[in-house]
Amino acid sequence: MDETPHLTLLQEAIAHFVPHNRALGIVLHAADDATVTLRLPYSEKLVGNPLTAVLHGGAVTTLLDGACGAAVYLKLRAPLPIATLDLRVDFLGKPPARQDVLARAECYRLTRSVAFVRAEARVEGGEPFAAATATFALDTRGRVPAPEAP
Amino acid sequence: MSLEAALEQAAVTGDARALLEAIPYLQFLGVESAGDGAYRLRFGEHLIGNPTIPALHGGTLGALLESVALLTSLTSARAAALPKTITLTVEYLRSAKAQDVWARAHVVKAGRRVTTLRVTAWQDDEATPVATATVHLRVFPAQVST
Repeated sequence: MDETPHLTLLQEAIAHFVPHNRALGIVLHAADDATVTLRLPYSEKLVGNPLTAVLHGGAVTTLLDGACGAAVYLKLRAPLPIATLDLRVDFLGKPPARQDVLARAECYRLTRSVAFVRAEARVEGGEPFAAATATFALDTRGRVPAPEAP
Repeated sequence: MSLEAALEQAAVTGDARALLEAIPYLQFLGVESAGDGAYRLRFGEHLIGNPTIPALHGGTLGALLESVALLTSLTSARAAALPKTITLTVEYLRSAKAQDVWARAHVVKAGRRVTTLRVTAWQDDEATPVATATVHLRVFPAQVST
């Protein structure tokens, strides 16, 4: 089956449909059957420590969250609305300064209502400096994922 | 103001404004001090994650929660350096609308090496949060002079 239209759609969705990705310059870097990799280009505005020019953890969290969401869409192969239920980020090592970051994510289990995802962030050729696990509620159709308070 | 001076001011006066101004990413997001230990993320179109609903990007909420944990740690004890986040665990409870978000953290435990905080983010009412988080920070307390 031809993967190209699906990946083109995913690329479009990531780079153009999401305003916050546009603001950060996040794009689809690579994808295969099971995993998707997003790239966050280095930018001075994303610095968290002005003494070291190290990237702010929040930018890494955003990239990992986005990669996890993209991995769900890669597996779903349908534009169902999804919502992040929870996201844990482990900051394993020193975040990079003045380098692009790649985040690779895999949706390793999909049930009818929930997707389970893991992801890692690294610089090209480097060891992971952050890891994430996330769960997503599927087919939320724009509604809030949790029950409203009475 | 230098980062060291901003850290000192935050610890002594509880005023994190100089610190906020020293961190480029927090300026990019639009995080400001709202007084009384609370912080505000000013809404901007660049924060939108889902333009259909529209809703804020989950990553911006995670970034806000982590940042507010860090700022709260720095305004509650003297630090020799910026803390490092060890883990951030976010629960997304409601879709965050295209509006300002407020957040407040409290220190669950302040240790010599690790400080644990709970953080809440809300829009309309603090009692109905849009997201909550637990954050573990590796902290670097300043030597206490007597």
